[in-house]
Amino acid sequence: MTALHRPLSAQLPDQLPEQLRRDPAWRGRIVACLLTVVIVWPMLVMSEFKPWILWDWQSLSATGRFLSDFLVPAHDAEFLQLLLRETWQTVAIATAGLALALVVAIPATLIITDRLSISALGTGRTRLPARLLRQSVRWILILLRSVPELVWALLFVRIIGFGPTAGVLAIALTYCGMLGKVYAEILESSDTHSTDTLLANGSGRLAALLYGALPESASELMSYTVYRWECAIRGSVVMGFVGAGGLGQRMDESMKMLAGAEVSSMLLVFVLLVALADLFSKILRRRLG
Amino acid sequence: MHDTRHMPKPPARDWTIIAVMLLLAALVVASFASLPLKWRDFFTLDAINSAAELLAGFAPPETATPFLVKTAWATLETMSMSALGTLLAVVAGLALALPASGRLGQAPRAAVRALLNVLRSIPELVWASILLIAAGLGPFGGTLALAAHTAGVLGRLFADSLENAPPGPEATLRTNGASAAAAFLYATLPQTLPQMLSYTLYRWENNIRAAAILGVVGAGGLGQMLKYHLSLFQMQQAATVIIAMLVLVALVDAISYALRRALTR
Amino acid sequence: MPTYHLHHLTVRHRGASSRSGTPLPALRELSLTIEQGEQLALIGPSGAGKTTLLATLACAQQPFEGNLTMFDQDPWALGDAARHRLRARLFLAPQTPPLPPRQRVVTAVLAAHLPQWSIWRALASLFKPADPQGAWQALARFNLGDKLYSRVDRLSGGERQRCGLARLLLSPAEALLVDEPLSALDPVLSELTLTTLREEAAARNATLVCSLHQVELALAHFPRIVALRAGRIAFDLPRAQVTPQMIAELYQGEHSAAAPAPAALPEADAMLVKPGAGACL
Repeated sequence: MTALHRPLSAQLPDQLPEQLRRDPAWRGRIVACLLTVVIVWPMLVMSEFKPWILWDWQSLSATGRFLSDFLVPAHDAEFLQLLLRETWQTVAIATAGLALALVVAIPATLIITDRLSISALGTGRTRLPARLLRQSVRWILILLRSVPELVWALLFVRIIGFGPTAGVLAIALTYCGMLGKVYAEILESSDTHSTDTLLANGSGRLAALLYGALPESASELMSYTVYRWECAIRGSVVMGFVGAGGLGQRMDESMKMLAGAEVSSMLLVFVLLVALADLFSKILRRRLG
Repeated sequence: MHDTRHMPKPPARDWTIIAVMLLLAALVVASFASLPLKWRDFFTLDAINSAAELLAGFAPPETATPFLVKTAWATLETMSMSALGTLLAVVAGLALALPASGRLGQAPRAAVRALLNVLRSIPELVWASILLIAAGLGPFGGTLALAAHTAGVLGRLFADSLENAPPGPEATLRTNGASAAAAFLYATLPQTLPQMLSYTLYRWENNIRAAAILGVVGAGGLGQMLKYHLSLFQMQQAATVIIAMLVLVALVDAISYALRRALTR
Repeated sequence: MPTYHLHHLTVRHRGASSRSGTPLPALRELSLTIEQGEQLALIGPSGAGKTTLLATLACAQQPFEGNLTMFDQDPWALGDAARHRLRARLFLAPQTPPLPPRQRVVTAVLAAHLPQWSIWRALASLFKPADPQGAWQALARFNLGDKLYSRVDRLSGGERQRCGLARLLLSPAEALLVDEPLSALDPVLSELTLTTLREEAAARNATLVCSLHQVELALAHFPRIVALRAGRIAFDLPRAQVTPQMIAELYQGEHSAAAPAPAALPEADAMLVKPGAGACL
């Protein structure tokens, strides 16, 4: 350790004073390390974390075969036509699902937004029946949103059978929960003054929304909706894996047949689709925002 | 001179907004029209009855002890998948964030960012079905799939954090003779660490939801149990599994929130 | 051996390209020689080029024209690795304390050893500080001993400034370049700081170049005064030969000689994360 030249200006003791001798963070860091080991070790066991599997003969040969197919994406005309159809179906499922979700989410937002409460005017507290209605709609939205959309898709596939209907319904249900919640949050965080005044002067709830809160929040609402549309496209590909139609269902079938070439061209198309949707949504947000 | 006797003319209509609205409307209509939707099937009396029967079959959820134990193990397996996958993604993401933030030049930056985009565009489920070829059935493939997708997301977020960090402290250490690695560890990383941890915890909340359903393609955990019981129409068991999923997600959300609060004191 | 020899040095402002037809360069035709062990104060109005000169002496900025030698070598003729080793012999303390907000003082101060430590030692010290005693002694000389384990963002502006200087005490550099060390300090602390810096430089026979806005303190503490104005040296004299009139002429046109306070720490708000970012589920 460096020896400091002792200046005349300060006569310092050689040792650290008592209270500074122990590093206060040291114990915490050791405990954190031990805790990490104690938690991570069982996790490795429980999730069957065996990286050496990737190198055993069986898996290597399967991977090798798949990868060699993978390197040349399938590009025959018939397959490409199929691909285009399935891609459109994926986009259609997402759009239809989101449209349905909006149909339910907009009224739901109107109900749960405290801001638009007429019974709260003047008293500052809502009436009991209105409060109960608000809370129950909120809880329904939470339930719709918490169940993963894939689970909804599985259920609907059981009830209705394979095909895009299951996907559309699953997206509609989950997303109306998400849209309702976020719309309400956006409206709540906007400036209250214009809405309050309109309500106080006797306008209806919907009118107060359109003339008071909406002008300010419109671009944020629009932005979030377009973002959700992008998510819906990804979601509908994922739901295809349980039979809800579109690109995902085709990918699942090709994967089961280990048809590497088809999988690789579908992946390429998918990555392109996501990039395009991203671009489209950026343009939309700029135009409508 | 203002002409105050006549009303001012209204401004010209913005046709682009109308065009965009019409385009969107066309998209929606085309979507509904082109999908083979079985509305009629869904709304016949038969269908509604069978749907009601099916849904009624969910209650009461299965509570026999051996089954609950099995569900508990599957829950732990799912939790481990999500946690390990996120941890692996943090390591990979940090490693990829270094070139992606421009520290090794502009060409590596563009190349690595393109790679990160591909990694995060592909959803976890699709990764899982690909990686299961190499990893076999079971949760290991699920862990790797989560790691791959999340590495793309975190890598991009970490790279942006590193690029936006104030450069002063690191530049001063380098000027005074410290090596690039040491200056990074002592100056830039401490500044970006809280935000990176925050991103990681948000992604963990996301990953627990993803891990719960990865089993549907064979990656173990609660998802695999759910698919199995649904395919056998064992609704009560399926109901228990769904409840376990909801509880697990709520638990992870709570832990993540508490950790985020603790770290930003 | 002179530590520094500058001959007709011209240094451009950072970021100015050779084709941009920029206005006047930051330093023009500067000639200066500093012997090892000398202590000099750098004074001048704002924008005169003091910070640029210190950055040039710290080998952080390449001169555009002219000769620059340090320890009898031209640093910009050396290879990158050799020049970086040369930098370890110099220490620049910038005006804004270069300390990461959430880091603890002990780690921030011990970063002085980084040029000498291997990467593994540096990593280990992040986890358990390698020399808390040394850090404490350095801090104690600036009356900051009790802040050893505090976080940098919990210190006041003046404390942060002194913390940056404590790092200087631990570095083994042979040339100490200090930029405005007193901007956030009251008169008593200013005296203490300057005295400590000078004692440290004298004890190691290190060269000390300190830029100051407080001319009286510069005259009181430093035997040699170098004055800059508009990128040129206005005068370079022993303090006995500096008259109040020369000072007045130097600062003519500057309405207030009040020193700018060090920039406020950027808010490290870790909760500023949009949950929508990348989370589709």
